[in-house]
Amino acid sequence: MTVVFKRPHALSDVSMHYCPGCTHGIIHRLVAEVIDEMDIEGTTIAVVPVGCSVMAYNYFECDVQEAAHGRAPAVATGIKRVHPDNFVFTYQGDGDLAAIGTAETVHAATRSENITVIFVNNAIYGMTGGQMAPTSLVGQITQTTPYGRKVETQGYPLNVCEMLSTLQGSTYIERVSVDSVKNIKAAKAAIKKGFTIQKNKQGFSLIEVLSTCPTNWGMDPSEALNWLRENMMHQYPLGVYKDATKEGGADHE
Amino acid sequence: MSEKFLMKGNEALAEAAIRANCRFFFGYPITPQTELAAYMAKKMPQVGGLFLQAESEIAAINMVYGAAGAGARVMTSSSSPGISLKSEGISYIAASDLPCVIVNIVRGGPGLGGIQPAQSDYFQATKGGGHGDYHLIVLAPASVQEIVSLMTEAFNIADRYRVPVMIMGDGMLGQMMEPVTFDEIPPIPEDLPPKTWATTGTHMKRKKNIINSLYLTPEDLEELVLEREKKYQLITQKETRSESYLIDDADFVFVAYGTTARIVKSAISTLRKEGYKVGLIRPITLYPFPSDIICETSKKVKGMMSVEMSTGQMVYDVRLAANGNCPVDFYGRTGGMVPSPDEIIAKFKEIAGGER
Repeated sequence: MTVVFKRPHALSDVSMHYCPGCTHGIIHRLVAEVIDEMDIEGTTIAVVPVGCSVMAYNYFECDVQEAAHGRAPAVATGIKRVHPDNFVFTYQGDGDLAAIGTAETVHAATRSENITVIFVNNAIYGMTGGQMAPTSLVGQITQTTPYGRKVETQGYPLNVCEMLSTLQGSTYIERVSVDSVKNIKAAKAAIKKGFTIQKNKQGFSLIEVLSTCPTNWGMDPSEALNWLRENMMHQYPLGVYKDATKEGGADHE
Repeated sequence: MSEKFLMKGNEALAEAAIRANCRFFFGYPITPQTELAAYMAKKMPQVGGLFLQAESEIAAINMVYGAAGAGARVMTSSSSPGISLKSEGISYIAASDLPCVIVNIVRGGPGLGGIQPAQSDYFQATKGGGHGDYHLIVLAPASVQEIVSLMTEAFNIADRYRVPVMIMGDGMLGQMMEPVTFDEIPPIPEDLPPKTWATTGTHMKRKKNIINSLYLTPEDLEELVLEREKKYQLITQKETRSESYLIDDADFVFVAYGTTARIVKSAISTLRKEGYKVGLIRPITLYPFPSDIICETSKKVKGMMSVEMSTGQMVYDVRLAANGNCPVDFYGRTGGMVPSPDEIIAKFKEIAGGER
């Protein structure tokens, strides 16, 4: 018998707590597949956030540190400076990374910390029940923008990849999506690129993954994927925003 | 003969930490602890260590959390407003049972306050600061030389019990220069537990290590908090420290810590010459507080007085320890003002009514 599909070793053999139709599971799996393929589980340390993926320490088989809300890049900095030859990645949502943790994100990038950041953007605070995120779209209805996000009061969505790509310290910045098989494959390639950059000690990489939240968007999973394609991709175009690896990456050593 | 250096308290804190084998320092500039970070920036690269200036105190303490979780001897330092910012991280460090050392060179508050010496962060240091049921172990040196010995102790206590330890000095201690020797630092004790819990990578040889403080089941969280509480009780038994100065024949005893204790000693010396039988208890650990010696003493004396650079914070602990056995008075200056021996003597005479 040939095994054609199995759980990656780096993904724990437990049930996840994510809502039906949520794309966190896919993204977890992609990260774990990359860890397996690069054979780095034993030298990888994950830093997980506060948000829907707060319990991700139960889902990755490597060593894990749980960070305070928004502080994952700072925690990862501390770990990486102690163990520069280990792989350190953070897994963060949009509220964690782009609101309360904006400073930590920006400065980890400017220092070109040799870490990989997996940034899951679903345009909403999921765990707390669907409040406006920094990445919520203009007009998007959430618990805290019941009449839609208005520019006059709540301002504009924050485009993280665009912002970080302007920094001298960032090495690799790409935005991907997990709405289709094709895009899932591209997302995995991007995550692998991030970890490879870290292996080559080329500095800071961030992979933004557009993700759905059917529960808090009030849609079924298939509608949610359509909404992602028709609305989020407009505000957050996919693509490589910065690739300094050809120049050898940020001067990290 | 031991080699002596003339050093500022802030510099001695840094040098002592390096000699205690601390190789990771994460900081953010703030007066009056500046020289500590500057010293670290200069010295750490020379010993193969890391000095990193973070983007904020919040980031710095979370870097400490990461490095401590990864198994390093790590330190950060700040002054009062910066410690407020670090308090979230300190709560997480305590809740995750991670060892580290935090230095607070206290300045006058609240708010931005001033940059002159104060002891007005006593409540913050000993009663919480961050949220939840936890304690910092708080050490309060009174001289530059004592900084050196307490820094070694701080790292050892942190590693032995897996707790964050704070060294609390006032701005005066940070800035004053005194002769100091590093020759008497004992080696790191061999019986410190190995850091088998650290995130070093599993290397596929053990189960994963998780550094975490999230426990959604109340039964689990209560059990962990109570277990930690037992640890604090053990620390209280084993690590409580104080200095007793001329208390054997005393009928009145001052309680003061840090540089204030030295000022009180000057006052005592004058009062003794005038025939007053006065002494001093100087808490060296502010948490655990030396309640036993204070309680015992309170049974033998006519009165006690807490002298502080605050509006009266430690005095509450002195009163709890004295438990009504004798009156406990208070004298303090605040906002960066330092009490003088004369002021203390005047306050004493007002209380004692000139009775010798």
